[in-house]
Amino acid sequence: MSKIVLKTSHLSKYFYEPEKFQVLKDISFTIQRGEFVSVVGKSGCGKSTLLYLLSTMDTDYEGTIEINNEIVTGKTKNELAAFRNQHIGFVFQFHYLLPEFSALQNVMIPALKLGNYSRKEVEERAYEKLKLLDMQNHALKMSSKLSGGQQQRVAIARALINDPTLIMGDEPTGNLDKQNTQRVFDILRELSKSFEQTIVAVTHDPDFASNSDRIIEMSDGEIIKK
Amino acid sequence: MSTTLEIAKTHLFAKKKQTLVAALGVTFGIAMFIVMISFMTGINNVLENSAMANSPHIRIYNEIKSVRNSIVEEAYPNSLPVVHHQKPKNEKPKIKNGFVIVQRVKEIEGVSGVSAQLATQVFYTYGELQVAGNLAGVNIVDEDKLFNLKDKIIEGNLEGLMAGNNGVLMGVGLAKKMNIRTGDKITMIVPTGASALVKVIGIFKTGIGAIDNIKCYANIATVQKLLKKDSHYLTEIYIRLHEPYQSKLLAHELKNRFNYEAEDWQTANETLLASSIIRNTMTIVVSLTLLIVAGFGIYNIINMTVYDKMKDIAILKAIGFAGGDITRVFMYQAAFIGLMGGLAGISLGFSLSYLLSRTRFEAGEVLGIKYFPVNFDSRFYIFGLAFGVLTTCLAGYFPSRKASKIDPVAILRG
Repeated sequence: MSKIVLKTSHLSKYFYEPEKFQVLKDISFTIQRGEFVSVVGKSGCGKSTLLYLLSTMDTDYEGTIEINNEIVTGKTKNELAAFRNQHIGFVFQFHYLLPEFSALQNVMIPALKLGNYSRKEVEERAYEKLKLLDMQNHALKMSSKLSGGQQQRVAIARALINDPTLIMGDEPTGNLDKQNTQRVFDILRELSKSFEQTIVAVTHDPDFASNSDRIIEMSDGEIIKK
Repeated sequence: MSTTLEIAKTHLFAKKKQTLVAALGVTFGIAMFIVMISFMTGINNVLENSAMANSPHIRIYNEIKSVRNSIVEEAYPNSLPVVHHQKPKNEKPKIKNGFVIVQRVKEIEGVSGVSAQLATQVFYTYGELQVAGNLAGVNIVDEDKLFNLKDKIIEGNLEGLMAGNNGVLMGVGLAKKMNIRTGDKITMIVPTGASALVKVIGIFKTGIGAIDNIKCYANIATVQKLLKKDSHYLTEIYIRLHEPYQSKLLAHELKNRFNYEAEDWQTANETLLASSIIRNTMTIVVSLTLLIVAGFGIYNIINMTVYDKMKDIAILKAIGFAGGDITRVFMYQAAFIGLMGGLAGISLGFSLSYLLSRTRFEAGEVLGIKYFPVNFDSRFYIFGLAFGVLTTCLAGYFPSRKASKIDPVAILRG
């Protein structure tokens, strides 16, 4: 079984406003299972744009993307939604959780959507994931009542609930203080080492990047270091 | 419960006040619709029944035409005769073979009763007082079968008219005018000049002024004698049917069959029925307007909710919810508001209708009703609820679809 979980071939993307501008130029790389990859580069180099292409939420590009030996380029929006549900866990910088639901419910929702387990099983698994992130004591609290660092940890638990192929992060520690940043980084490190979880994170934090397994550096829409 | 339903439920209960306000719009619209249409159709029924209660469904009579074919036209059909200034002939309004026709009509299917009539204008003379009125010569048994006269008698009895004496049954208004009681004798004068002394053997009350103030009943033989006509003489035939709404059709058949004018009650009461139609139209227009306005309210609120929840929608899409799922989340909310608002609406509508039906309402003698007439028909309630839910879902659909098309990347990138 191939160890490659993510493969991009000749990805290119254009912005059309205010005028035609090529934001990504012929991007090709592969990522193996269990790798903890940071994507870095100056502001405007296209790293976030790249991440959202990989997330399957942005389908406007040239080239191909292959995840888990499945070509996702060309799939319909509904197919991609289902794929995303099962194979990709997302962690954002700001927009963490659904405010009207508890921490536990937030973690459960992606699994309930996938429908592979009974409700009781989903609840148990969600609780386990929260435990992993030391948030089990806050399981029934309304997510809006949690601190930033706590919310981010719940978000990571939510990203894990369906045992996804990939965890993708868009500046996951960008909004956290030093202590929480360290905490989140340690968790991600642990997931990558002990659980062979593949992680791709876009980050501005040089410490974060230097402590990950591999750095992909971008500039002006091109990869300058793989 | 499906995940989308659960999410919808959580949204609704997180903003209880907003949900309530939206539902109230629907509730009010539906409640008003039900009260109005129940009341309007109630009034229409009362008016229709009152129009029907004391008139025949079909009336056969001989219309005296002042213009008729001259004998010249009949002799030379292709000629062009000109006759100036015809004078009406001294033609009696008699229905030839009247009693034979009565018999034939009795045998027609759907006919519940037939009554031969010989009506004439009279002057009632009592002491110094002279009052104009109408005398209807009838077979009292037939007439009673048609119009339930027995129940309308307030003094005396019907049997007095069967004895073949010169007895009359007098309308209460007429009796009051002349200060007459049962047993009094009065003189009647007919247009031909003949007069007769009659005894008032009873007094009746229909509740309709036009009848009570003018009409008297007598045995048809009495009137025939008074007018110096033979025993086969009659001027009108009154018919009642089992199905009142068959009147128009049957009247047409009878006219063709017997060659006399046959008027059905709907034609005779065209004005009344026309205003019924206007009332019903108004009710429906006003109610639909109320519901449409409620619909706008729903649209607004769902739209606001979608705008409020744009971030949540982006997160759900990132988690793997498809566009259709997002539409459903908001459609469930719209449908729920419609259903709750609708159910509350028909309950409120029923309560108000009930209160109205117990409110006193004096409409005068004619209608004879004590309370507001309210028509409780389950079809109104079913229609009201269905329309309420439909409007709500339609109003909620457009913002819901807009929500499903939101681009998550644009929102997540901040």
